[in-house]
Amino acid sequence: MTDMLLNVTGLSAVSDREGGLPVLRDVSLSLKKGEVRGLVGESGAGKSTIAKAILSILPRTVRVTGGWINFKNRDLLAMKPQELRSIMGSEIALIPQDPQTALNPGRRIGAQLADGLRLKRGMSAKAAEARALQLLADVQIRDPDRVMASFPHQLSGGMRQRVLIAAAFAVDPELVVADEPTTALDVTVQKEILRLIRRMQEAHGTGVLFVTHDLGIVAQICDSVTLLYAGKVIEEGPVRSVLENPQHAYTRALIAAGPRYDRPDAGLEPVPEEILHALRQEIGIR
Amino acid sequence: MDRNLLVATGIEVTYGKRAGLFGTGQPVAPVLHGVDIRIARGQTIGIVGESGSGKTTLGRALLRLVDVSAGNITFDGKDITHIPENEMRPQRRRMQMIFQDPMASLNPRHTIRRILTGPLLLHGIAGDTAEALARVKAVLDRVSLPAACLDRYPHELSGGQRQRIGIARAVLMEPDFVLADEIVSGLDVSTQAQALKLLKELSRELGLAMAFISHDLSVIRAICDHVYVLRLGRIVEQGPCEQVFAAPSAAYTRALLDAIPLPEYDPGWLERKTEA
Amino acid sequence: MAEPITITAPTAPTKPPSRFKTLLTEPKVLFGGGFILLLLVIAILAPLIAPKDPLEQDLMLGSLPPAWLDGAEPGYYLGTDDLGRDVLSRLLYGSRIALFVAVSSASLAALIGTVLGLLAGWYGGWTDRIISRIVDIWMAFPPVLLSILLVAVFGSGVHSVIAAIVIIDWTRFCRVVRAETLAQAQLDYITAARTVGFPRMKILTREIFPNIVPVLIALVSLEMGIAVVVEAILSFVGLSVSSDTPTWGGMIAQGRQLIHHAWWLLVAPLAVLFATVLAFNQLGGGLRRAFDPVMRR
Repeated sequence: MTDMLLNVTGLSAVSDREGGLPVLRDVSLSLKKGEVRGLVGESGAGKSTIAKAILSILPRTVRVTGGWINFKNRDLLAMKPQELRSIMGSEIALIPQDPQTALNPGRRIGAQLADGLRLKRGMSAKAAEARALQLLADVQIRDPDRVMASFPHQLSGGMRQRVLIAAAFAVDPELVVADEPTTALDVTVQKEILRLIRRMQEAHGTGVLFVTHDLGIVAQICDSVTLLYAGKVIEEGPVRSVLENPQHAYTRALIAAGPRYDRPDAGLEPVPEEILHALRQEIGIR
Repeated sequence: MDRNLLVATGIEVTYGKRAGLFGTGQPVAPVLHGVDIRIARGQTIGIVGESGSGKTTLGRALLRLVDVSAGNITFDGKDITHIPENEMRPQRRRMQMIFQDPMASLNPRHTIRRILTGPLLLHGIAGDTAEALARVKAVLDRVSLPAACLDRYPHELSGGQRQRIGIARAVLMEPDFVLADEIVSGLDVSTQAQALKLLKELSRELGLAMAFISHDLSVIRAICDHVYVLRLGRIVEQGPCEQVFAAPSAAYTRALLDAIPLPEYDPGWLERKTEA
Repeated sequence: MAEPITITAPTAPTKPPSRFKTLLTEPKVLFGGGFILLLLVIAILAPLIAPKDPLEQDLMLGSLPPAWLDGAEPGYYLGTDDLGRDVLSRLLYGSRIALFVAVSSASLAALIGTVLGLLAGWYGGWTDRIISRIVDIWMAFPPVLLSILLVAVFGSGVHSVIAAIVIIDWTRFCRVVRAETLAQAQLDYITAARTVGFPRMKILTREIFPNIVPVLIALVSLEMGIAVVVEAILSFVGLSVSSDTPTWGGMIAQGRQLIHHAWWLLVAPLAVLFATVLAFNQLGGGLRRAFDPVMRR
């Protein structure tokens, strides 16, 4: 298929720190050009391990034991560091989780935005600055001139996250990995950021892998979803069908476990132990 | 008997800042501007707000953990606004708190046994160590933790287990009032549901009054009878949950509700805007 | 990353290894502590294991080289000084003064600094302002000059050296303990202790102090290293114990003058001093890691 962007096939990994405990179990997922896929699960489910594997930033203690990560029909796992460097931050970009620590506190926003453009697109300092200004306007920052000259601590959390979105889309990547980009934000700001990511993604035709633990966010921003538990894909499909007609009992229980402001009785039933037990047996834990 | 257990009126809190060679008080902008809260016996109220709303400060002011610069707090008919700490101490048992970060709220160098039995002995709730231990074991069982946890240190437990230790510590004191400050925000959905369910059951069984602080209106909906919406140190809306959630009167409450993504197909949600 | 996924009725985690065992798996503790322990045994048993009397002069055997060099005399393993005194025996005896000064001055400085630091950090207000201002003023004095001055005032001798180190270095403990206390006081487990109704002093001793201990242990160990150096400096300038008692600093001072024709007189005490300070520092770092339940993970 020509419109396939990312194809992860049979990806398995173990954690050497935990005595070879499997952290990914035969994970397969795919992403088409311009598609937003949610990667969702509870902590320890492996969603962020997959994101790190795609970005080639797995910690040394996690070892891939099998599988492929095909990005535009080239296996990222088989690439030399030099080739990876030319792809990362250029064809594949990241929107990080914590806007607090993702920016260098000692340098101005403008300089940090221009870095990527100069390094990855070979722009002159002047051209990069002009482009950075345009990018800040694109992410709906009202006074881009002031923000360009600001240090990160002078901006609010939501503003910093906008800057990071601008930085991610600056190089016009084909794939953006968004790693829980709104967990540190207030709900009203979160909604603006989600809207912005969706708009930027549509304008650039970018494929987005959106890592989150929140099924609500998946429902509102993603086209498709992959649900993980203990490193295993439990359910996968278009968002609407997974949410309205979940095939797996675990998915149903997880949806029911979340509280909802429109239903006073929701959010009080954890995933039943029987379901978890059956799930672990199915996966082959213990 | 007065129906109200905890009544706070016109609460203002201003954090002073020290400066100068020997320090001269320099007041900075107030965090709370005249907040009224009323909690009936056995009632669970929710306090919701975004960052900077002052919700955490409000909670701590209710427990006299920060000093108020104006206003009144009465607990069970007794004015506790300015009573000195040694007079406050006997009241402390009756007003307990569950914390946001269960790791930070448990002394990393104490075993669970020490963390849970110490307060019981201090207040004479248990006469001796054996009795204290028996009570602790009963409560651990109630919060579904094995007695083997007693000899563990906090960092050896999982996040959900630690949070249940925090709940156990609070209810062990047989309080009348419990303040829960963002206690589920770091937990997974299923663990969160478990903690909420446990807390709801406990508050019924023990007739506890609770103040539940959260940034998440969905969580408030699951557990509270009454809700206060706090914004920039002021209450912008308050009322019974059925009423506030069905027909919010403040624009800010509506904006908060509309910003919460629900796990259901709703193609218009992302572009729908509500002005606060 | 892969936290055990226990949702209801979880089994308790496996029991961790005992604290003592963890200590022994920490290489810094093994090497640093081992060396210090050895030194301690040597200091105590010096009269039994020293091959010669450290004070016995024999001008006929002056400036003998160590055993592995030409012209060495059997029985004098590290050679002799210009007065014919056995270098090895003097080093062994010198450890007594070094360790005595290290242990007593570091413990006393730690005691004073910790008490004041805890009070300043926990009670705040005027207590803190007064203690902190004293520390600030104290630290403005140049330490080496101050110690020389102090010893000159008290008169030389080992007790003056200890007093000087304590008077100068308690601030080191006070500052660190105060900062650590302030940091701990911000944490919710302290608020929890307040909501339970523990009296203030009880919170300090029961809740805060145990969390200061790892830092304190590291600091005491480092301070012992520093004390060994300060004692050597004061001996070097002749302000410590009387000049016929063997001390490492005194030996270094003596060796310095003879560096051109008897280099071992300088190198031997310097090497021992270096190894001792290194061992104390390693032990301090290692103990801190081993005692910290959170860092240990």
